[in-house]
Amino acid sequence: MSGIEERVGGREWRADVLVIGGGPAGTWAAISAAAQGAKVVLADKGYCGASGATAPSGTAVWYVEPEGRKREEAKASRYARGGYLAETAWMDRVLEQTYNNMQTLADWGYPFPLDSEGEQRRISLQGPEYMRLMRKRAKQVGVRILDHSPALQLLTDHDGRVSGASGISRQKNQDWRVEAAAVVIATGGCAFLSRALGCNVLTGDGHLMAAEVGAEFSGMEFSNAYGLCPAFASVTKSAFYQWANFYHADGRLMQGAGSAQGRSVIAKALQSEAVYARLDKADAQAQARMRLAQPNFFLPFDRLGIDPFSQLFPVTLRLEGTVRGTGGLRIVDDQCATSVPGLYAAGDAATRELICGGFTGGGSHNAAWALSSGFWAGAGAAQFAKSHQLSASVHLREQGGAGLLDAQGQPLDPGQLIKAVQDEVFPYQRNWFRRGDELQASLGRLDTLWQQVRGAAPASDSEQTLRLREATAMLAVSRWMYRSALERTESRGMHRRSDYTSLDSAQRHRVLSGGLDEVWTRHQPLAPVDEQLLAGQAA
Amino acid sequence: MIELIDTQRCTGCNICVLACPTNVFEPVAGQAPQIARQDDCQTCFMCEVYCPEDALFVAAYADRPATAAEITQQSQQWLGSYRAAVGWGKGRQSTASADQSYNLLGKA
Repeated sequence: MSGIEERVGGREWRADVLVIGGGPAGTWAAISAAAQGAKVVLADKGYCGASGATAPSGTAVWYVEPEGRKREEAKASRYARGGYLAETAWMDRVLEQTYNNMQTLADWGYPFPLDSEGEQRRISLQGPEYMRLMRKRAKQVGVRILDHSPALQLLTDHDGRVSGASGISRQKNQDWRVEAAAVVIATGGCAFLSRALGCNVLTGDGHLMAAEVGAEFSGMEFSNAYGLCPAFASVTKSAFYQWANFYHADGRLMQGAGSAQGRSVIAKALQSEAVYARLDKADAQAQARMRLAQPNFFLPFDRLGIDPFSQLFPVTLRLEGTVRGTGGLRIVDDQCATSVPGLYAAGDAATRELICGGFTGGGSHNAAWALSSGFWAGAGAAQFAKSHQLSASVHLREQGGAGLLDAQGQPLDPGQLIKAVQDEVFPYQRNWFRRGDELQASLGRLDTLWQQVRGAAPASDSEQTLRLREATAMLAVSRWMYRSALERTESRGMHRRSDYTSLDSAQRHRVLSGGLDEVWTRHQPLAPVDEQLLAGQAA
Repeated sequence: MIELIDTQRCTGCNICVLACPTNVFEPVAGQAPQIARQDDCQTCFMCEVYCPEDALFVAAYADRPATAAEITQQSQQWLGSYRAAVGWGKGRQSTASADQSYNLLGKA
């Protein structure tokens, strides 16, 4: 294979594989592609190592040892909450690949904690340490990392194969372009600039680029995850609220409120009153362990002199969208290929319905999926590149470009567009609880915004260009999301319809979506319910 | 949000300019960087973790800047505290090895 060729100094490269996004999925993809002999460029919108939802956080990992019936139990435990949409074969291979990759992390020197028996415990990862290690490994195997280099458009060849991307180097104030025989989208989910922890780089940019070359989505109705968080802060670590009680402003206990199923009670209450929490249920030992498990959880409290174990503090639910939702780019084979040749997807940018259906409880499944899907997508892209090398004379073209291209209208203010999209997707009464007429009304307004984007003149400088493109990506995601939500006339997984409150067994299918000017949906049938998992759940 | 670059501590290495995922800082030749785009700060605290001089302070508030009084009152005692908590920096050991998640998750 060819080396990474620098065609224009610091601006244009030619490689085998381009990975877009430098979080867990992107770095695993890059390292895995390099292991297949591919020359790899990784472009991150921010700084690979600090960027994305994982880096500033600690995350649980769906790591289950192969002994006994542990994996059978792990698969069965979430089957119902996910609405029976997960697939056994995918769960099996993710559990196995995650197990192997966590061993690899140990081999690379990740300092897993030791229990009293002296055994490494591998069910969680500390974000700063994990992502610093992943960056180091990527560089060691020769991956060329482009930091602060958001991608704006994919390139295709004359056969429509995805063959690279172009974008902006924010800190150099210039363009970049990478020609590559295959591309991995690992740009994360879309959290709509809600300031959920680490999520503001996750604006659906990869979704939009992929849709512009015709890629399809699956499960975009499973896109209304909200994280529990102190009302004043960014730290959306919902897991620790299992030790919380929730209260009205006058100190009365809020009946039924909780961090898991009880979150709906909180979402409902927040529409009319402030909600308070206190981590009453954590004893001294748990409190000490929490500090060592999630140092970041305590930053906002410590800095404001609040003791969350003894004092009430206001909470809110911040939209995490598809970051902890499960919908994303549709995967069509074991290598995490999308429906477009040369384009692969990994991590939160891809659908996670395959392993958890329409619900995730938190980072656990998503972290395992990032490790596994990144690993497969990188290898798949490298293999694709081997058999579809770019010829020296190939002419590649930028595709799509919504929000970037010349039109006759006035330039749009990205800030206004962002606010307009947030007004449709943030409110609990629209998105946590969904209803047909409200979804229709939102879609009407969102479609109008899309036409305005299509008619607008380009932004005046590269910063505004990037912001408008991010806003456009959020807008595109919101339309696939609500069109899919409208299509699913039932409640299943995290998708809750107040006009169709129960699960409808006739709708146990996937909802695929896509399209830009005309958004479409269609159903994809699923294999029958896994009776063994059902039985395992009951047991 | 990011509120303070302590110019007494800052050596102008610009690591924060590089590490910030949302490109909040702007380098200034021969000086400490500027907080040029505070509104883009996502309050992820990564700049504090990466700053080798413990010169940065991120306030707890995610949706508004802190007041001058809040910055004065809160900043000095917390400079470098998060970096210490994750065990980064000379002579320290990553606290990932002390992660107690395995003793907590699913045990409430």
